[in-house]
Amino acid sequence: MTTDSALQSFVTTILHPIALVSVDYSLASQASTPYTHPAMTGHFSRQHLLAIAPLQRHEIESLLDLGNEYVDLNRQIQKKRDTLRGRTLINLFFEPSTRTQSSFELAGKRLGADVMNMSVAQSSVRKGETLIDTATTLNAMHPDIIVIRHQDSGAVALLADKVTCSVINAGDGAHEHPTQALLDALTIRRRMGRIEGLTVTIAGDVMHSRVARSNVHLLNKLGARVRLVAPRTLMPAGASEWGAEIFNDMRQAITGADIVMMLRLQSERMTGSFLPSQREYFHFYGLDREKLALAKPGAFVMHPGPMNRGVEIDSAIADDIDRSLIHEQVEMGVAVRMAVLEALARQLPNDERKS
Amino acid sequence: MSARTAFINARLIDPGSGLDVTGAILVEGATITDLGPRLFNDGKPANAGIIDCAGQILAPGLIDLRVFTGEPGAEHRETLASAAESAAAGGVTSFVTMPTTDPVIDDAALVDFLKRRAAATAKVNIYPAAALTRGLNGAQMSELGLLKVAGAIAFTDADRTVASSLIMRRCLAYAANFDALVMAHAEDPALSGHMNEGAYAARLGIGGTPTAAETIIVERDMRLVELTGARYHLAQVSCAATLEIIAKAKQRGLPVTCSVSAHHLVLNENDIGEYKTFAKVSPPLRSEDDRNAMVEGVRNGTIDTIVSSHDPQAPETKRLPFAQAAFGAVGLETLLAAALSLHHEAGMPIIEILRCLTINPARLLRLPQGRLTIGAPADLVLFAANTPHRIDPTKFRSRSKNSPFKGRLMQGEVLRTMVAGKIVFGES
Repeated sequence: MTTDSALQSFVTTILHPIALVSVDYSLASQASTPYTHPAMTGHFSRQHLLAIAPLQRHEIESLLDLGNEYVDLNRQIQKKRDTLRGRTLINLFFEPSTRTQSSFELAGKRLGADVMNMSVAQSSVRKGETLIDTATTLNAMHPDIIVIRHQDSGAVALLADKVTCSVINAGDGAHEHPTQALLDALTIRRRMGRIEGLTVTIAGDVMHSRVARSNVHLLNKLGARVRLVAPRTLMPAGASEWGAEIFNDMRQAITGADIVMMLRLQSERMTGSFLPSQREYFHFYGLDREKLALAKPGAFVMHPGPMNRGVEIDSAIADDIDRSLIHEQVEMGVAVRMAVLEALARQLPNDERKS
Repeated sequence: MSARTAFINARLIDPGSGLDVTGAILVEGATITDLGPRLFNDGKPANAGIIDCAGQILAPGLIDLRVFTGEPGAEHRETLASAAESAAAGGVTSFVTMPTTDPVIDDAALVDFLKRRAAATAKVNIYPAAALTRGLNGAQMSELGLLKVAGAIAFTDADRTVASSLIMRRCLAYAANFDALVMAHAEDPALSGHMNEGAYAARLGIGGTPTAAETIIVERDMRLVELTGARYHLAQVSCAATLEIIAKAKQRGLPVTCSVSAHHLVLNENDIGEYKTFAKVSPPLRSEDDRNAMVEGVRNGTIDTIVSSHDPQAPETKRLPFAQAAFGAVGLETLLAAALSLHHEAGMPIIEILRCLTINPARLLRLPQGRLTIGAPADLVLFAANTPHRIDPTKFRSRSKNSPFKGRLMQGEVLRTMVAGKIVFGES
């Protein structure tokens, strides 16, 4: 645990003694009665969810607890709630996305919101409108929550500054992807019963990965031991100061891990000479049975998707239902996003706004 | 019982251990099994071939980090076999081949080919270096990891400089990832001409290469080494200013080493004379002050290794106007004599010169050779350090004769060369 997160959890303990209550997250207890702590869900009280870095441990845990409840709801035939009835949710995606966008869309609809998807690849932004103009235009339409993905780090925060509604960062450049880290954490917690003390290896293109950054922050705050592994060309300078252990050798990094989290490798990393070839990358960094055998027996494999089979992960592992949590991650994604939407909606003003 | 050979009455010089004594060496099979001043004092060994060295120097075989061949693709200039013949005649028992062949050695299968081909045809040890960038294009890094697994001993674009700082940075970072050795050529292509820039080039009317073409790249590379932690070997130093940069980098503890070519130790720009293309090399022969600095660099240890930069060229690439002629000079068979000129003309102890030709390159390449120790491979050279002879390229074993030392009187004659316990040059 870093000094920083130690301090935070200390502060959390002082200010929120309720967080000390020991909680049994094991599968058995979930099967009977889903755990809900009435007080905890109220602890997330921010207007936006822009990043994991500023969050406190109890805020993260309250979101995970709430997300855990929605997992059960999502498995029922009647999935619809009216928590967000009358609210408008805009999905504003400056970068193409299938799973994150559809996950937010489903989450919004299941909570009763009106959901609008805007893919900006073909919109007015292409015609020269600035990001801030787009924000103020949308703001004038009185949305309640905007979910934004943008290719530039910091763009979502810039936009959030210019609107009166809530903003959720669905990935900004190589900065953060907070809901991905939350869904990863929920997946781990449900499978392992805890996060504290686990060794989690995050492997691949760390340099360009917002998933890696959000996960390092979150897992550190929840007391996991985080390892990062990448070839030196894909490990950002200064990563050693994030509170993770840095590796360049995949085998060393996997040895003894409870969780191996693979990152997606963009094909353009080859042309930029970050790497010589896909076959070389797979040889040294691709997750196959031989490398996975170095992890703890029964260690789980995760991937934020979409996967490049045969580049960063062997199909045999991706499809191994005993080891791969990849489909579970997708399921947790909807649940966690419902939790985030609900938590943010609680902060929305209930009185009628004047334009 | 494996074959036994005893070298007796030898002056044993082993720079790795500082040994310089009269004594004997026993070779069994491919390995040195005994040596020392008192060995065989009680009589000649039984069941062994005896070589009486008559007081001449017996040293570890030379290791040359920079040899160009024409195999595959230009076998008329040199094959692995002919280069190995040439090496054996020069006392060189191991050498590193440059990847500038056709095709370029930038694929694991080609490294494998070279290793098999060398084992089948060459009488000395050959270690292939692979291309740092694909096709030596300076734009995309080669599969350094897979190439290293296949047996590439180092990575280099041979006689080309990776011009892009970004690509060089990524190559070095990636090489560091695999603890691979990068051997870099330093000559900014945008600043490069055909010979040393200066009064003589101006008089000849030949476009010059300033020393800055070298120092700019070496300065850059030192910064990149600092950034990436890569093991970096500057393939050839040619000027005094570069040595200052290297010395400073070493002081700062960077993993940096460098070589000098034998011709840069012996010749200067004036040896080009009237457009002699055999003296056209890359980097160019520099001023006499620079040459003296090279000698001093070997003496004070700034320069780690001496190489031949053996680059066989055929008449059709050399018998041309100076500006159109190819760069390069053969050197395997003159390497030892050229290096010994530091002893004869600059008074350097022979053991210090041999250090740059044996243990230093062996350590750099992490090879077990280059040492006279029990258990070391029996790669040896027996030579007469003082015997004068005139360089006659027509007698070279190399297929190419483009020697800048042609007609020059030099001292130092190789008498016998042994590789892995077998005599590969001289009487057996």
